[in-house]
Amino acid sequence: MASTFQAVKPFNTGRWVVWTLYALLLVAAPLLFKSSLSLTLLSQAGYLVIICLSYNILLGQGGMLSFGHAVYSGLGSFLAIHAMNLAASGRFYIPLSLIPLVGGLSGLFFAALLGYVSTKKAGTTFAMITLGMGELVFAMSLMFPEFFGGEAGITTNRAYGKPLWGITFGPQIQVYYLIAVYCFFCTAAMFAFTRTPLGRMLNAVRDNPERVEFIGYNPRCVRYHAFIIAGFFAGIGGGLAAINSEIVTAEVVGSVRSGSLLLFTFLGGATFFFGPILGAVLMVLALVWLSELSMAWLLYVGLMFLFMVMHAPGGIASLIVMNLRVASFGKLKTLWLGYLALAVTAFAALMGAAAMVEMIYHLQLNAAVGPELKFMGLTLNAIQSATWLSAGLVFLTGLGLFELARRRFVVQWSRIQDEIEDEIETEIKRRELL
Amino acid sequence: MTLEFFTISLLNGLSYGLLLFMLSAGLTLIFSMMGVLNFAHASFYMVGAYVAYSLSQVMGFWWSLLAAPLVVFALGAAFERFCLRRVHQFGHVPELLVTFGLSYLLLEVVQLIWGRAAVNYALPGELQGPLFTVFGIHFPKSRAFIMAISLVMLAGIWLLLTRTRIGLVIQAALTHPEMAQALGHNVPRIFMLVFGGGAALAGLAGVVGGNTFITEPAMAGSVGAIIFVVVVVGGLGSLSGAFLASILIGLIQTFAVAMDQSLMTLLGRFSVVVTPDTFGYPLLKLTISQVAPILPFLLLVLMLIFRPRGLLGTREG
Repeated sequence: MASTFQAVKPFNTGRWVVWTLYALLLVAAPLLFKSSLSLTLLSQAGYLVIICLSYNILLGQGGMLSFGHAVYSGLGSFLAIHAMNLAASGRFYIPLSLIPLVGGLSGLFFAALLGYVSTKKAGTTFAMITLGMGELVFAMSLMFPEFFGGEAGITTNRAYGKPLWGITFGPQIQVYYLIAVYCFFCTAAMFAFTRTPLGRMLNAVRDNPERVEFIGYNPRCVRYHAFIIAGFFAGIGGGLAAINSEIVTAEVVGSVRSGSLLLFTFLGGATFFFGPILGAVLMVLALVWLSELSMAWLLYVGLMFLFMVMHAPGGIASLIVMNLRVASFGKLKTLWLGYLALAVTAFAALMGAAAMVEMIYHLQLNAAVGPELKFMGLTLNAIQSATWLSAGLVFLTGLGLFELARRRFVVQWSRIQDEIEDEIETEIKRRELL
Repeated sequence: MTLEFFTISLLNGLSYGLLLFMLSAGLTLIFSMMGVLNFAHASFYMVGAYVAYSLSQVMGFWWSLLAAPLVVFALGAAFERFCLRRVHQFGHVPELLVTFGLSYLLLEVVQLIWGRAAVNYALPGELQGPLFTVFGIHFPKSRAFIMAISLVMLAGIWLLLTRTRIGLVIQAALTHPEMAQALGHNVPRIFMLVFGGGAALAGLAGVVGGNTFITEPAMAGSVGAIIFVVVVVGGLGSLSGAFLASILIGLIQTFAVAMDQSLMTLLGRFSVVVTPDTFGYPLLKLTISQVAPILPFLLLVLMLIFRPRGLLGTREG
């Protein structure tokens, strides 16, 4: 008998488990990584997760490639820091825990204002216009030093007002937990947004705007609303950033910041909801850890980005999901040898290439301190041809073996995919017979 | 506004506008033909300037004027062949992203090879000194040279596209790629040549712009956003629109940087006294020259509000 009622949704265990784990991870992270450096990194990752997720509302869910997203998070930072200074001077009172909402509302306001113009067009034109908007705001930041603080930026002190339950927000750990709470609820809210009718229409606008128009929706209107929502969450992230660092300079609205948001959101994976979370973590690691490690870090990030765009346009998230699929059919164990071969050869090739890049950088920038440089525990001499030869040899051998390993892996991978497809087919047939 | 200020600003504005046109012409060509917005276009301009700097020390400026665009052509064509063509199947956003990644890489590579400071890419002896003098102010030969090169280039592109067989094939390959392929033309190779050609135009702008202005790693960033404004304001894919828009923006910017009037002086004409306590003082005291950097972007915003398809654009999209 065909049911005329919509079936009651079963209790979604998997989702509850994932969200509980996410909350636990946010709570437990500072207990696992205790040093003050890791606490700083975790705080930064917390608000970057919000900003990257809000960026992905545009990029992943709406197909809008924005080059000016830092405008909304940055202006959120500025208004948040002004609100903090006003509150500290006693002109009106607002508790620090609500400051991120000030950032969010200002992000929303500016997104509503500038988005009205930017979302008039989609696709490539949208990209150019957002770039222009970003430049406009950045140029303005130098024109109004009263608001943007000029070169020095604006500073504040987050420990103002009477402490509530002994929380002063002076120690970093308290700020981390504030960020973590916002991070959790913003992530949940943005996930919920993907399930709303507007979120679904946004996907439709991304995939087929003409058809959306045909069934009576205005794609521009859908884009505009999504843009405003993304601006709101970006502003919250910006407000948290202002609380965390207690200083805001004009760079936070600049095109470099917008560019890195795009870069890392994409690297994390724009096609999956959780991709930008990975991207944000990667961004903190690259900006703090990789830039400490190597002067050529931007070169490495750029190369990795190009490689990902060309070979894995779904980002790291898609790689994980593809492997999870293989694992769920119990075939991952046949692949481990292939992965090992790939990893070892890629590592060799990378080390060879990185040694040469580091030597060039050393000659270019640090030649005054002598030709020797430290690289992965080795001491390289940048002017000896023997060093260059061996680095080149390692690189070429690694590259050659990697190519061989890759070809074998591709064959194996596609065979496994075929097997999985077959299994699904037989399962469907079996169910049809029942 | 005196006559001498007007004349000099007009000439400077025209030469800057024509340089902008050289930059945006390549971008417009690539965009209108392949639908690819080349984000690394300004980086090709920078690479052109740096390559010309290195080559001019070996073979002199005039030969490098020929050779540097060819090097950039080869770079652009190779990028199209090995990177852009691979992501073409994924759609427009990955195409844009791959050129965005290239702009990061080119900046790093240029800094790696030529260092982070400006290089001393000087004008050749023949282009130094004034061409003529008006009202006691010299107009440099190098600026006139930019104007001449730009006009020659405009004529060259126009003749190539409308009067030659290659131009016909290119135009056919853009609107009807399958048909052109069926007629025996190698469409992927045409795309590669078009992309390389567009990059070479940017390289040419770099050769003549690099020594007139300054050759430094920040030079790509300083024109990068402006040329997108030019292309949008002119109308996407319209070469004549790009010409009009670049002249317009060149003139607006050059005139604006030399004007120190502000709203405060305007109000002063109507005998309204503005003091630091007046409401909106930070806005009122801004001079036009201080506002100059944002004028192109304001033009972009106004254009989008009142005429979204651009000055001479035909497509609404």
